[in-house]
Amino acid sequence: MSQAALTAMQLGLQSCEVCRLLSRPADASQQGRCPRCDEPLSFRKHSSFQRSWAFLLAAAICYIPANVLPVLTTKTATGADSDTILQGVVLLWSPTGWPLSLIVLVASIMIPSAKIIALGYLLVSAQRRSARNSEQRIRLYRTVEFIGRWSMVDVFVDTFTAALIQLQPLMSVEPASGLFFFAAVVVFTMLAVESFDPRLIWDAASMSEVQHA
Amino acid sequence: MTSQVHNQPTADDSLVACPHCDLLQRLPNLAPGASARCPRCDEELWRNRKDPLNRTLALASAAAILYVIANSVPMLGLTIVGREASTTVFGGVQQLWRDDQALVALLVLVTAIVAPALQIGFMLLIVVAGLRRRPPIWVGTLMRYQPTARTWSMIEVMMLGVLVALVKIADYATVIPGMALFVLSALVFVLAGMQSSFDAREIWSRIEWAEAPTGDAAAPLATTETTR
Repeated sequence: MSQAALTAMQLGLQSCEVCRLLSRPADASQQGRCPRCDEPLSFRKHSSFQRSWAFLLAAAICYIPANVLPVLTTKTATGADSDTILQGVVLLWSPTGWPLSLIVLVASIMIPSAKIIALGYLLVSAQRRSARNSEQRIRLYRTVEFIGRWSMVDVFVDTFTAALIQLQPLMSVEPASGLFFFAAVVVFTMLAVESFDPRLIWDAASMSEVQHA
Repeated sequence: MTSQVHNQPTADDSLVACPHCDLLQRLPNLAPGASARCPRCDEELWRNRKDPLNRTLALASAAAILYVIANSVPMLGLTIVGREASTTVFGGVQQLWRDDQALVALLVLVTAIVAPALQIGFMLLIVVAGLRRRPPIWVGTLMRYQPTARTWSMIEVMMLGVLVALVKIADYATVIPGMALFVLSALVFVLAGMQSSFDAREIWSRIEWAEAPTGDAAAPLATTETTR
């Protein structure tokens, strides 16, 4: 390219998040709408940092009870026994069952914590206007966006275990209080990712490209 | 209170900004099956799908049929010391509700039943209305919310969860995989096919505008129609 690459924002154009149409605000003093699909437009997602931080913080807070409190209670004729997520992983570990135990370990413990750390890093680096590693950071964002939903695995495991094992008074399984917090972690991290505008990762790099051109 | 002022569209509709890095660029004319990526951040900007409407319609219809079957037959059953139990997808939601886990029950209801139904239903309406030369404006509203339904539709995650539960329960009892388990497995692949055969840009290029374009802005619509 002979001339410096420009972003839509640098040319005063807004790209519609819904239909991708590029358009120019007719009146700078108020928010315009997309002429094609009627969506309210802005250069970047509405208060992306604040919303994303709020959801991330909520997820981090729920992460603690999600791992400390039991998610399942097993009642048998001889008594009741409660398991946390980590205890569930250990219980599932056996010479034949270890691959599944590994799936639960990765989906329920590693993915949620990695997601909270990764999103925190993306938010801090974008807010500090870092122009470095933008390519790696956008790849990290896409990974976080793609794998987040798989944390829901444990919610489904517990749901269907509890739904099937209702053999009172022999044996019954009930969801316990930790499951709610665990589900909240998954929902809050997904909302945090959705509120984050990936274009914020590139804004600093876009600025320096223009200055050096 | 949001304003009613509409922006001025750019005259050239091949000009786009990358949704991941905002880089301004011109989409080339693509051969069917080819795709264009952002040179800076490698995001796929557009793929020129072959026959997108008919293929998506076929896959969405198949998904609708599989969805109805999957939700009306048992998914998982077990036998232990002469006793039998089985559950459907909705049965899982009901048991959570009875165990005072209303919010988790609601989340499972949304991700396993409601969102997949909306994902399929919206897509069916979009492609049927999209067959018209000029799709009506409400198709845009459906296209606004279809990706949200897709994000929260988690059939594939549920399948993995059910498989783990199945192995867990197999320690205590004999597990009977239900018909819904097989139908849902097929649905996972049909849904993936439905989403990847769909071309949103194709519909947006012909849709009725919120604010009728005037003068210059009407030009891109005319050119897209001649190249079709």
